[in-house]
Amino acid sequence: MNWTWFHKLASPPHFYRLAGRMTPWFGWPAFLLIVVGLYGGLVLAPPDYQQGDAFRIVYVHAPSAWMSMFIYATMAVAAAIGLIWRIKLAHAVAAAAAPVGAWFAFAALATGSLWGKPMWGTWWVWDARLTSELILLFLYLGFIALRASIDDRERADRACAVLAIVGVINLPIIHYSVYWWNTLHQGSTITKFGKPSMPFDMLWPLLAMFLGFTLYFGAVLLTRLRGEVIRRERDASWLREELAR
Amino acid sequence: MNLAGFLAMGGYAVYVWPSFGLTLILLIHNVRAARRYHASAREQALRRIDSSRKQV
Repeated sequence: MNWTWFHKLASPPHFYRLAGRMTPWFGWPAFLLIVVGLYGGLVLAPPDYQQGDAFRIVYVHAPSAWMSMFIYATMAVAAAIGLIWRIKLAHAVAAAAAPVGAWFAFAALATGSLWGKPMWGTWWVWDARLTSELILLFLYLGFIALRASIDDRERADRACAVLAIVGVINLPIIHYSVYWWNTLHQGSTITKFGKPSMPFDMLWPLLAMFLGFTLYFGAVLLTRLRGEVIRRERDASWLREELAR
Repeated sequence: MNLAGFLAMGGYAVYVWPSFGLTLILLIHNVRAARRYHASAREQALRRIDSSRKQV
């Protein structure tokens, strides 16, 4: 296999320019999908026969929870690549992803709580799904704090990579918690084998939100990464030329 | 469908609207924070280049 494309992608000047050109291709579809998904979820989808209109919280809750896990996986894979092949750009990806993932974990917990109060009668229970998602938030915060506490960037990269990789164990725990333990949190509706247990007029806005949030993360990550690349390459000659333009 | 009925969310307005509001605020915040992060990195790098030119 020819790996030149990969080396080219990992070269900071090439990546910096490419990321700038790619951002709108993620950002605009994300914006449109989220607007359409919000309209579909809030207006077009019928109220649930049991939960009434409270069920609509799922349109922001489930995509946030998905993102919190997807971003963590991205971060851990990037950290592993950085650690194994010593690619600085991969560490930059992990560093840029962490704050975004932390906010999504927070959003998943907060919107879940706002749904739990009217539906379960409580803001919070120490149920396996909720607890493991809270641990995910703490993993993100730990990653960010660890990075901030080490001045030497390469040491920070390596230490954070180890933390991110060890924390991956939490992802299957979150996903399977609703099967392994007798949780208050309901089981999967979409991410399971077979037909999703949701009618199409409720399902499509949710899928639009999932895709919209994922593309949104792409756009935000690319923008953060450009900042990250500049900070890491501040003495490189290409940067002078690039910024002088 | 009337607007008041829509806003009432079948009696769940106090749970539904804060959920959507909070999520939208976070979405906007992440974009703005990312742009600020990139812009501040640029400015710092430019200042660094500027000061190194003066020394020469």
